[in-house]
Amino acid sequence: MISDVIDNEQVEILLNDVLESHGYDFLEYSHASIKRRIIRLYGLDNFVSFAEFRYTVRTDKQYFKRFLEEITVNVTEMFRDPSFYKSLRNDVLPVLGTYPFIRIWVAGCSTGEEAYSLAIVLKELNLLHKSLIYATDINPSVLEKAKKGMFPLTYLKQYSENYLQSGGLKDFSTYYTANYSLAKFDESLNRKMIFSTHNLASDHSFNEFQLILCRNVLIYFDKELQHKVFNLFDGSIEKLGYLALGSKESLEFWPKAKEYKRIKMEKIWRKL
Amino acid sequence: MAETVGSTTCSALVIGGSAGSLDVLLEIFPVLRNDIHFPIIIVVHRKASNESLLTDLLKSRTTLAVGEAEEKEFLMPGKVFIAPADYHTLIEEDRSISLDYSEKINYSRPSIDVTFQSAAEVFKEKLVCILLSGSNADGVEGLKSVNNYGGKVVIQNPNTAIMPYMPQQAVINVKPHVILDGHDMADYINNLND
Ligand SMILES: C[S@@+](CC[C@H](N)C(=O)[O-])C[C@H]1O[C@@H](n2cnc3c(N)ncnc32)[C@H](O)[C@@H]1O
Repeated sequence: MISDVIDNEQVEILLNDVLESHGYDFLEYSHASIKRRIIRLYGLDNFVSFAEFRYTVRTDKQYFKRFLEEITVNVTEMFRDPSFYKSLRNDVLPVLGTYPFIRIWVAGCSTGEEAYSLAIVLKELNLLHKSLIYATDINPSVLEKAKKGMFPLTYLKQYSENYLQSGGLKDFSTYYTANYSLAKFDESLNRKMIFSTHNLASDHSFNEFQLILCRNVLIYFDKELQHKVFNLFDGSIEKLGYLALGSKESLEFWPKAKEYKRIKMEKIWRKL
Repeated sequence: MAETVGSTTCSALVIGGSAGSLDVLLEIFPVLRNDIHFPIIIVVHRKASNESLLTDLLKSRTTLAVGEAEEKEFLMPGKVFIAPADYHTLIEEDRSISLDYSEKINYSRPSIDVTFQSAAEVFKEKLVCILLSGSNADGVEGLKSVNNYGGKVVIQNPNTAIMPYMPQQAVINVKPHVILDGHDMADYINNLND
């Protein structure tokens, strides 16, 4: 990848176009990584000039769909960070289990691996029947995949190891059926999921939750946007509800962090 | 007075390595001056599972502050930042760190290319990048950017590398500022401080 075909000013121009023409605001994303994504896409799609790239992004609706898909980073895994899922299983979900009904928001769910992992833990704790998982993302294409609950079979060995490390109780293969190169996860899991687009940078709160998971999304935002999103979550979490972030993300510098208490060593906070 | 090579012009040092690079790092760290006035960023390929091992090893061998690079943390002079396992580490214009969980590059996350490239844009001719032992070609593209932006490219002499492939690829594809034996790295770094 040639790293200097598009300069900082051009990145700014492009992102302003995107906001104006399509209503998506990427201006408060971490600059270095969004620039990398833009240069990567420019190279992948063989544009010959910035002007051509800019014109296409601005005017071609179909291409903008691709832009959105490629600019966002959708890499994800099942039971990523096993110790995190262990803590959900042992510390968080049993507490929520005392409620008559559990509402969970997975914000930035990508292709759904996290939501399915969560559903498996809920099922093993016998809580899935009274839970509802709202799984949202800015990128509509990943949600289409998430609804299907089919993941590449080649990753399943890793996922099954993660699952066991996270305190999983069963034979992981009982949760899916292998179908050519894909593993199709049990319908009972996604019956309890609602998928919808939601842009953390511009959309509002839409419900109150006992648990919000937003992992590996905020690393792409600058500090100001991170704080805006924390405020959004704060307005969407019930008292004594939980907020879970990615392993490199933190509430620490957010002014209202004092109103939250961290759970053990994990990136999980409880609203006081 | 004429400026000596590398003097006062180093604003950041990035060291990239893969298989076989730990030995060199363990040799460098105990003799690093304690008044280094630029940040040092270390990008080493490793498994996601031995998370803090590298940081602990290096920490025990120097009086400089050593820590895993944290999201949005500012690069501080005299501090060593270890790129965390399983994320790419990028440097922002304001000299803060951004972590990124995008696709692996050269089968690697962290990728050395990613950090070299983003540091090159920020520090330009005041950047020094060192590429050590390793068995894939990560780092080569990054060193090209460093060259383009006028930074200094330092490559470990492949003959002194436990895994020569990575430095070899770099020597073939990039014009280095200097090629150094593993044993001479520490002196070179200390002299960047003068
Ligand atoms: C690296 S993935 C993380 C997936 C999963 N949470 C995990 O930790 O494995 C980041 C996701 O955040 C989504 N995202 C990026 N910007 C967003 C925004 N403004 N609002 C909602 N989702 C966003 C991306 O589309 C992507 O699917």
